[in-house]
Amino acid sequence: MAENAAIIVIRETDNVGTATRDVVTGESVSAQVGNQTLSLAAASDIKFLHKIALKDIAAGERIVKYGAVIGEATQPIHVGEHVHVHNIRSLWGKT
Amino acid sequence: MQLTGYRRPDGRVGFRNHVLVLPTVACANGVVNAICRRVPEAVMLPIDSGCGMLKEDQDVFAHTLTNLAGNPNVAATLVVGLGCEAFKPAQAEAAISRFGKPVRAIGMHDAGGYAATVEKGASLARELLNEVSGMDREPVSAAELVLGLNCGASDPASGLTANQALGKAVDLLVDAGGSAIIGETTECVGAEDEMAANAASPEVGRRILDTVHRFEDHVKMYGADLSTGEPNQGNMEAGLSTLEEKSLGCIRKIGSRPIVDVIDYADIPAKKGPMLMDSPSYDAPSVTGMVAGGAQVVVFTTGLGTPFGMSIVPVIKVMSNTPAFKRMEDTADLNAGTILEGEETIEQTGSRLYDLVLEVAAGRTTKAEGLGENQCQIWRTTLTL
Repeated sequence: MAENAAIIVIRETDNVGTATRDVVTGESVSAQVGNQTLSLAAASDIKFLHKIALKDIAAGERIVKYGAVIGEATQPIHVGEHVHVHNIRSLWGKT
Repeated sequence: MQLTGYRRPDGRVGFRNHVLVLPTVACANGVVNAICRRVPEAVMLPIDSGCGMLKEDQDVFAHTLTNLAGNPNVAATLVVGLGCEAFKPAQAEAAISRFGKPVRAIGMHDAGGYAATVEKGASLARELLNEVSGMDREPVSAAELVLGLNCGASDPASGLTANQALGKAVDLLVDAGGSAIIGETTECVGAEDEMAANAASPEVGRRILDTVHRFEDHVKMYGADLSTGEPNQGNMEAGLSTLEEKSLGCIRKIGSRPIVDVIDYADIPAKKGPMLMDSPSYDAPSVTGMVAGGAQVVVFTTGLGTPFGMSIVPVIKVMSNTPAFKRMEDTADLNAGTILEGEETIEQTGSRLYDLVLEVAAGRTTKAEGLGENQCQIWRTTLTL
């Protein structure tokens, strides 16, 4: 497996991937999304198993992981940024 | 490999042949442990209640305790109590006898004290061991297996590796005619629509939703907000951000075959296939419920690691990622972190896990069995009086 294939993506519709090792700011990483290989630069440090944005995500846009909505962005998120409790929130209990 | 097991009088098959010394109340744990020190081949289950409960919880207690002794891994039971508890030794003995297996009972008040109970109890346990030790395994199919599924100390990898692999293993088992029980209603909150969409009928789908919504209502009764506890601190530091993210990862365990039933806590399934048991997400009562339901083997997926085990069933521990597997290897049986590293596909790890389930059913001991780990907790949903 390629050295920089540090991101795992479950479904093609996902807009976040998961770091399979610690990734540092600026590092060039790749992820298999279906048949395609996506390359991006980490815009922040992404710790092992934390999420990275695969594309730009607008404030209020849904976060999709394993083909399902896991929350929404609370602020604009740029491709390669760390995605976690500081910039997304749960939609549970909110219609 | 031909699977073999112990056919019990009620028709179910066990994959262990335990003599269980079972307290009917917490007050009897000490004397039960003393009996087991005298008769080390017997096993016990620690019981932390049996008294000071409202009727609703008392009924669940009696039902669960009875069905724990009914689990087909148990060959025979010695019930040990005090005499003043709600579910008395004689009552427990009568309830357990309907499974057709050897059962005896003793109460400390009638036996005349602590030492007398240990003496008499050890002698009865020894008798039961002699009665069941000659039992033979017979060839059986995987259709006799009821697999309990649990996740605990989750991290984000749990939903990407271990739970996905377990879902594949469950598909293999269900295709072979076997059953799997997913519980932890709490962990279905936020994922219930997806789960209900995979129900075998609209009625089962509706019952899945009702079960999850009933649990949410219960939490609201306390004026509590589930999202303050889910994900928990450990989950969040590991990278899980929202309740839905955690739940959607958790429900992967049940696999892709249609869910055939929703059953109450500690109930014995009436159908074969994948099903939901209403239970809490806390490990001990969750697994206790499935074992009372008759699960002979439990697969427990974890990201951070836990030694969790239970005396009467083998608990197979599956780690979600390799660094955690290395840190907690003496508690873990299989590493699903190979999926993260691209060394294995989800299908390959799932197939490897299914093979391990069959080996464990055939007699291979798990790390938890080797450590003598033994947790048990009967779900209590109301007050302690």
